[in-house]
Amino acid sequence: MSGAMSDLVGTAIKLAVALGILLNVVPVMVWVERRGSALMQDRPGPNRLGPLGLFQALADALKFMFKEDVTPSAVDRPLYLMAPVLGLLPALTTFAVVPFGPDVTVHGRLYQMVVAPAQTGVLLFLAIASLGVYSLVMAGYASNNKYSLLGSIRASSQLISYELALTLSVLAVIIPVSSFQLRDVVEYQQHHVWNVLPQILGFLVFLIAAFAETNRLPFDLPEAESELVAGFHTEYSAMRFATFFMSEYISMTSLSALAATLYFGGWTLPGVHVSGLLGAAVGLAVLFGKVACFLAFFVWVRWTFPRFRYDQLMRLGWKVLLPLAILNLIVVAALTLGGVL
Amino acid sequence: MSAIHLVNEGTSVPVSWYLLLSVALFAIGTAGALTRRNGISIFLSIEVMLNAANLALVAYSRQLDQRTGQILVFFVLAVAAAEAAVGLALFIAVYRQRRTIDINRINLMRH
Amino acid sequence: METAVFAVFALLALGSSLVVVAHKSAIYSTLSLVLTLFSVAVLFVLLGAPFIATLQLLIYAGAILVLFLFVIMLLNVGRQEGIPGGHRAQLVTAILGALAFAAALWLLLVPTLGTGSHAPLTEEMVSLSGLAQELFAEYLLPFEIVGLLLLVAVIGATVVARRPTPDELAGSGGGSGDPGSVSALDDAEAADSTAANWAADADRAGGGARPASFPGGTGAGAGAGARP
Repeated sequence: MSGAMSDLVGTAIKLAVALGILLNVVPVMVWVERRGSALMQDRPGPNRLGPLGLFQALADALKFMFKEDVTPSAVDRPLYLMAPVLGLLPALTTFAVVPFGPDVTVHGRLYQMVVAPAQTGVLLFLAIASLGVYSLVMAGYASNNKYSLLGSIRASSQLISYELALTLSVLAVIIPVSSFQLRDVVEYQQHHVWNVLPQILGFLVFLIAAFAETNRLPFDLPEAESELVAGFHTEYSAMRFATFFMSEYISMTSLSALAATLYFGGWTLPGVHVSGLLGAAVGLAVLFGKVACFLAFFVWVRWTFPRFRYDQLMRLGWKVLLPLAILNLIVVAALTLGGVL
Repeated sequence: MSAIHLVNEGTSVPVSWYLLLSVALFAIGTAGALTRRNGISIFLSIEVMLNAANLALVAYSRQLDQRTGQILVFFVLAVAAAEAAVGLALFIAVYRQRRTIDINRINLMRH
Repeated sequence: METAVFAVFALLALGSSLVVVAHKSAIYSTLSLVLTLFSVAVLFVLLGAPFIATLQLLIYAGAILVLFLFVIMLLNVGRQEGIPGGHRAQLVTAILGALAFAAALWLLLVPTLGTGSHAPLTEEMVSLSGLAQELFAEYLLPFEIVGLLLLVAVIGATVVARRPTPDELAGSGGGSGDPGSVSALDDAEAADSTAANWAADADRAGGGARPASFPGGTGAGAGAGARP
């Protein structure tokens, strides 16, 4: 095989692995969410289909596929149809810059265990993730429903507000590493401690902002069932509704992978050194172990905290998180200049 | 670096094509800014013009093998952000007063 | 390969920018401007400027245009404009003028290109650290000035779009516009201060979102301070 050809095949395999995992996270997460909430509310939850109700997610998926897909007559059709798909695309794409294993040499060619080894790495992640808001805005606007529109307005202002804090806390991680590439961030943490220790403040800001970015409770104001019917996806049904659902879970997974990579050593574990293809498999398993912890945390928080009010949300974002993120950035920059980090 | 790979392999696109595209985009933006009446649409047309200029700057940076063009684009982005913030704030203020942002009806200063 | 990528995204950029200037709905214009920006970002990558391309997505598409959409939806001016039918002469003149201008520009630009063939891209040229060093050494002063400009813009925007005090409202006495138009902003101002969330929504969002147009900037964290 020629060089370019085998590169292409390598990328295709990595892409298939990443997409396979991301898409399979969704049904698992649906089950975890339903059983988890049941556990927390002291009720059995779905337990009829399969062991522990594990097949409930499959049944849900089948139901979504076979339900009637209603398109209201007053919607702005092109936008209405495009919106769910446009939400899924950025959610699936962002994972491409997250590394999931050590470099592997096959037949004398070196393969990086990351789908897109882009130079601007984490910036690209943030850039693509920030495009996800268009889906929400389009859906709400196209639905021609005042609750949907209010959901969209909320989504657009919430997402740009919390993006600032998110970006600033990520930048603080980047400063001591002096590279945007996430593999360098992982390598840095192999030689030092995990970033979560020196940058605990930045991590907390990141975590809170991540909840707002993925529209999860306590920040799910764009949908806010008790105020806005279902917010931006009020008018969606069947598979299109399920697509919004999928993009929410997938972007949660991608953001969890980013958090694990930035603050918890990514695919590495102290004391574990496996190389070759087996190393890649171990790395993938370790990364997704960490991601699973984050996802469990997402579910735990969702069923523990009540929703914020809108002005509280804005106040938290602008008057608490943003100053904290800036403070963290300054401290980290000073420590880096002083040679501590 | 796959991008470098892609660009250096095979026949490359001459920089003049990028410039031609930039000029075309600029013309489209100009026409829009001159004909639209909705204030925000005019604003959007101006953004198209800015982007055409950015494309030209980066194209020249490639042609001359210097980074100055890219740095200028960086500044253009920052200024565009400032311009959008102030401009949109102005539209909100005007809308409060006049209930429209049609520029043909925002003509108090003419009288 | 490069030619194919260039062709696809150049055509996309042209097509979507035509939609930006020609579509009568401001929402569609904004959304297709996102497509234009994305295509131009791809062209930036082809030209060996991946950092600028990423910034273009992060700042322009990710923040500035979301702000546009936010304002369009807040004021509900998306579908207001008709085709400028009564101004046919203006339309024709503008298009001819733009074409003439483009031709003049092209004639001016062509001689600057010199012999045409350019050097192959090098790792060094594409590297971020080179760009950073040039930006923070040679262009440090302009960089600081831009930071100041952003700060001024934040303050200016907050002051200009601030909700008028009751005295000011009493003085201005309504607009000449279309009384039937309904927007989230109307709701915000119609509702009195005890009337729950919608007003708080629009107002807080209005105050809060504006300075967001500089992600990664030197933010003065006073976004929500718009209320007098």
